[in-house]
Amino acid sequence: MSVAQTKADRIRVIVAKVGLDGHDRGVKIVARTLRDAGMDVIYTGLHRTPEEVVEAAVQEDADVIGISILSGAHMTVFPKLLKLLKARGADDIKVMGGGVIPDEDVVKLKKMGVAEILLQDTPPAAIVDSVRRIVAERGAR
Amino acid sequence: MKKTLRKSPAAKKKAVPAKAKTKARVIKAAAPARKKAAVRKAAPARKLAATRKAPAKLRAKPAAKAARRTRGSLAPDVARRLAGDVRSWDAKEVAGFLAKAPERQPEFRTLGGFPVKRAYTALDIQDTPIEDIGLPGKFPFTRGPYPTMYRGRNWTMRQIAGFGTAEDTNGRFKYLIAQGQTGLSTDFDMPTLMGYDSDHPMSEGEVGREGVAIDTLADMDALLEGIDLEKISVSLTINPSAWIMLAMYVALARRRGLDLNKLSGTIQADILKEYQAQKEWIFPISPSVRLVRDCITFCAKNMKRYNPINISGYHVSEAGSSPLDEAAFTMCNLITYVEEVTKTGMHVDEFAPRLAFFYVCQADIFEEVAKFRALRRVYAKIMRDRFGAKNPESMRLRFHCQTAAASLTKPQYKINVVRTGLQALAAVLGGAQSLHTNGMDEAFAIPTEEAMKISLRTQQIIADESGVANVVDPLGGSYFVESLTTQYEHAILEVVDEVDRRGGTVKLTEQGWFQRRIADFAYETALKKASGEKPVLGVNKYVEPDEKFDIELHPYDTSTATRQINRLKKVRRERDQAKVDALLERLVATAKNEKENIMPVTIELVDAGASMGDIVEKLKSIWGTYRETPVF
Repeated sequence: MSVAQTKADRIRVIVAKVGLDGHDRGVKIVARTLRDAGMDVIYTGLHRTPEEVVEAAVQEDADVIGISILSGAHMTVFPKLLKLLKARGADDIKVMGGGVIPDEDVVKLKKMGVAEILLQDTPPAAIVDSVRRIVAERGAR
Repeated sequence: MKKTLRKSPAAKKKAVPAKAKTKARVIKAAAPARKKAAVRKAAPARKLAATRKAPAKLRAKPAAKAARRTRGSLAPDVARRLAGDVRSWDAKEVAGFLAKAPERQPEFRTLGGFPVKRAYTALDIQDTPIEDIGLPGKFPFTRGPYPTMYRGRNWTMRQIAGFGTAEDTNGRFKYLIAQGQTGLSTDFDMPTLMGYDSDHPMSEGEVGREGVAIDTLADMDALLEGIDLEKISVSLTINPSAWIMLAMYVALARRRGLDLNKLSGTIQADILKEYQAQKEWIFPISPSVRLVRDCITFCAKNMKRYNPINISGYHVSEAGSSPLDEAAFTMCNLITYVEEVTKTGMHVDEFAPRLAFFYVCQADIFEEVAKFRALRRVYAKIMRDRFGAKNPESMRLRFHCQTAAASLTKPQYKINVVRTGLQALAAVLGGAQSLHTNGMDEAFAIPTEEAMKISLRTQQIIADESGVANVVDPLGGSYFVESLTTQYEHAILEVVDEVDRRGGTVKLTEQGWFQRRIADFAYETALKKASGEKPVLGVNKYVEPDEKFDIELHPYDTSTATRQINRLKKVRRERDQAKVDALLERLVATAKNEKENIMPVTIELVDAGASMGDIVEKLKSIWGTYRETPVF
């Protein structure tokens, strides 16, 4: 297998912080966990707008966007993100979320198209499994 | 963010044109090539345990003085006899017992990684001079900042509150006061903390959510309606936009005809730990530190009882650091602020008595007590030996404490009451001046009234029923705690020394050195939780997979943003716009002159109805904004 092939086979993930929320302990652990599992990980840094995240995901040809949010603004951020992806014709990029999100909102978010919400204390191995499963379910593109 | 004129070199460095943003600022990590290098082991304790001597800078003392110091507590012949006893105990009793019943683990460590021996004796504190343990209320204050501590007055029970609009939070304040709370503490929403008005696009979805929304003096007035500011101390937990909040507090007090020198309270205004840990910022580091300087010098001259800064380890810890780094980073930041203020010509004794600190209290009781005791000792020595403080009040560290929010779990959330209770006990044993105990529901949302009442009662039980408040520093003299205190002292000074050697706090913050250390320990902790090495009940031990949550959560009122924006618009409509514009120009002139204090013009601005956003956006046009290069 050539180097180029190996690279192409790797899952590409953008992890992002959206809005003013500065809690970045979790997102960094997720980024490191996925990288250590052999994925290509891009962390956007803090205080991004949904537009910036979608732009980065399209540019980087990401498989998955992972949004970390602990500010309570998730019901504003996720719908916006999904809408923007759709408008760009990029809804093959799967959206995942994590942070402090009430259970009833988890149900709503999944219904509107968020592939998975991973809450606090999700073990690193389970995060990796979720990303792989979601990419596998989507299939090749 | 859009108007980034590049005036100062610092602004130039961090301000990036808006268009280039996403591409230029993402950092990439191609797996797995960099993996090995990046996941270097933090392993703080192993190295530190061997650190027995304070770094040279603080060790240097006149020889005669050092000779007069009493090393340890044992006469040489007693020490020899005790050492013999310990050796024989190890060989006989211990070895014999271990042969029959091995210990639970091959080795024991504190939560922060310091090795814990089987038992401690007087030999373990032989390297601690008796004077370093000392007495409460006396240099080096290891045993407490005051001679009588809680026998005189209990710590201030200060539950933080903040949500919705000013009226909403005012209601919670009054409820807490009615429940016996003795101080107020305010949480602001993200837009307020970051200096955005409630109607700014970046504020969407965040108004009044994680704290109370404050845009103008009218909000501040409503927040503190019916509260006597000369009688109760008010803490304002805010950083990059702190000086504006302080200006509102002063303007409000003046309008109410109060004496500024009678106001007591604290404004957090610790910007350096924001870049390192909590990640709330507006401007580049240099002008931000100047704003902190201005708060400190203004209060030193005008508000004798007010703490103009709360140098905070709490957020460093919550961002994932070790307890050692939490402690050490506050000392690094302290040094930077003191240097900045003394550069203005103010003597350290003119402002240091009002410097205040804020720490977390984690789960490891003895380690936390040792951390607090060591911090008091280190602070006293730094202030006296490094900055030449003469007034003992400049050397006595006073701190607010909060139990560890990140230690709370969603599963079996009711046991959070017990976690918080034990952490609160450690804070009291460690000599905290004020305390916030977390609500049991904080892994879900901001706490309900009921949750806050239980956590306030937790403090009241410790104060009124447990008896621990009747004696000062009850763990003083414990071989283990004294030994760990001295280890902590030396380890903190090692970090301070390393930061000095590497070029100082500001430079290392820009380079991400602090951020990297925090991320490393956070990652290690996550792995230990996953493997079960760090037990967390309900998460990796005694798990109840079918648990259903039956919990009432604090609701978010969806009318908050509208109500808030309406008041903001009303203030804008009714103010004298020409006056505000003229003052904004004066603000720019003041900002450009490094030597001037920005507080007076800011007080005039808020009094004239300028919003936080007006002031911040104006200054962004000359100072630019800050962008971090993230490390993970």
